[in-house]
Amino acid sequence: MTRLRRFARRNPTIVIGAVLLAVVTVLAVAAPLVAGDPMLLKPEDRLMPPGARYWLGTDHLGRDIYARTVFGARISLVVGLSVAVLSVAIGLGIGLAAGYWRRVDALVMRFMDGMMAIPAILLAIALVSLNKASVGIVIIAITIPEVPRVVRLVRAVVLTVREMPYIEAAVSGGSRGLKIVLRHILPSTVAPLIVQATYITASAILIEAGLSFLGAGVPPEIPTWGNMIAQSRLFVVRAPWTIFAPGTALALVILAVNLVGDGLRDFLDVRLARRM
Amino acid sequence: MSGTILRRLLSMLPVMGVVAICVFLLLHLAPGDPASIIAGENATPENIARIREQLGLDQPVWKQFLVWIAAMLHGDLGTSLFWGDTVLSLIGQRAEPTVSLALTTLAVAVFLAIAIGVLAASHAGTWIDRLVMGFAVLGFSVPVFVVGYLLIFVFAVNLKWLPVQGYSPLAEGLLPWLRNLVLPSVALGMAYVALIARITRTTMLDVLAEDYMRTARAKGVATRAMLFRHALKNAAVPIATVVGNGVALLIGGVVITETVFNIPGIGRLVVDAIARRDYPIIQGVIMVFSGVYVLVNLLVDLSYTLFDPRVRG
Repeated sequence: MTRLRRFARRNPTIVIGAVLLAVVTVLAVAAPLVAGDPMLLKPEDRLMPPGARYWLGTDHLGRDIYARTVFGARISLVVGLSVAVLSVAIGLGIGLAAGYWRRVDALVMRFMDGMMAIPAILLAIALVSLNKASVGIVIIAITIPEVPRVVRLVRAVVLTVREMPYIEAAVSGGSRGLKIVLRHILPSTVAPLIVQATYITASAILIEAGLSFLGAGVPPEIPTWGNMIAQSRLFVVRAPWTIFAPGTALALVILAVNLVGDGLRDFLDVRLARRM
Repeated sequence: MSGTILRRLLSMLPVMGVVAICVFLLLHLAPGDPASIIAGENATPENIARIREQLGLDQPVWKQFLVWIAAMLHGDLGTSLFWGDTVLSLIGQRAEPTVSLALTTLAVAVFLAIAIGVLAASHAGTWIDRLVMGFAVLGFSVPVFVVGYLLIFVFAVNLKWLPVQGYSPLAEGLLPWLRNLVLPSVALGMAYVALIARITRTTMLDVLAEDYMRTARAKGVATRAMLFRHALKNAAVPIATVVGNGVALLIGGVVITETVFNIPGIGRLVVDAIARRDYPIIQGVIMVFSGVYVLVNLLVDLSYTLFDPRVRG
């Protein structure tokens, strides 16, 4: 218990971020228990301001904004985590290969440079607009532009580690390529990847909301924070709460993830992982 | 020097080549027949056939790619399926608002960010530093459209200081042009300022710890001259790199900002094209925006020679 307390005192940002995220996750998982039906239309209750009956008010179709905000957390969390896991897994494979086997390196890195020149949100828009909108497509569309960032990071780690004496020792001890990569190089990538994964989660939640907001994301009938804001656009003057409830939720979750990322970055003493 | 510029310009080619391949392949990686996807769900067979012919989708893929690249090299980005105009002329018509927004944001954001970054570094550990760093995390976490609506609500709807939405061309007067750009620029620049302020603070802290800074202080250089002339110059390269990379934030943000503030720019063009599945526009805008990004980063690379004589040669 004292060790936990000492950790908390030394890393307040991780703790604040993690507690916020834990609360949001619990709410998202228990959404049907803690909130009403997010799809229920009550035209007679449209654009009601926050009050006792509707904590966060209602939107232009009389839907409960509290319920929609709570359910919206599900999509944000699922998309954020899936993109982080997928892009780290794919980027790790490519990055290890590019860093260790010099023959593929130049080609792979030129390709990654090109992909990084394409604005992530535009690449995602193009991918989504060619497919039937669904959560899966949105996850893939956001993962693809994130992969090159992971590849660069992993490659940079491999390039520094491969010159270390212990790799030379492993080679002279008779270890072969794949074994060296998996046994001796892979562990060094773990800490920077953890930090990078949190930044990717934040960026994925941000891009997902942006895509929904632009009408190029998850289908409009599914409650997501981006969709809610997009559908309330015309009511910002009359009913600002329709935008500020999902907007605040979005900002809080991204802030929490970023706080965890910054905290982990200091705690794990990682210099390579980068935002964006 | 001109040799360096030429060499760097040539190095753009492979990057833009990869961008072109990606943009081209996007259309063909989608499952199913691209022509019928673009035509939409209620399309007639004639409609689909027309689109297939217009986009050259009846040709073999390698031939389509060569034709497309050749056209692109001649400055032909294709023809909009909805408007019937060339994509290039549509982008040209919408360029003014987007360029105005991006350039004003870029200029103001870079100055502001460097100023507060230097301020935070020179007051490291104090409440000023903590305030700046707090803003940096926050600026990076609040989405462009949330900031945008907040600004609209406070400064346009409640205080009525500035117009709610829209754009006023520069030809119709400087003041209305500026008044319409203030809120969108603030919304768009927030994350960019946060990013640059952060890197400025970090690199300045590294530089300030150097021996030659102690020497400067010992020989009595004034604090301001020390910070801006001696330290900032040595911190310039990493800051310039982030200024260049961060342009990606502005380019992505422009698309969203223009939707929030109803600005008829290139971002709106591409957002309207999504709903209409006007694929040539999406492709063309991606090519142009990626080109701008690559060009900006090329200029940043070249700027290193101004800051750091060691890079010359």
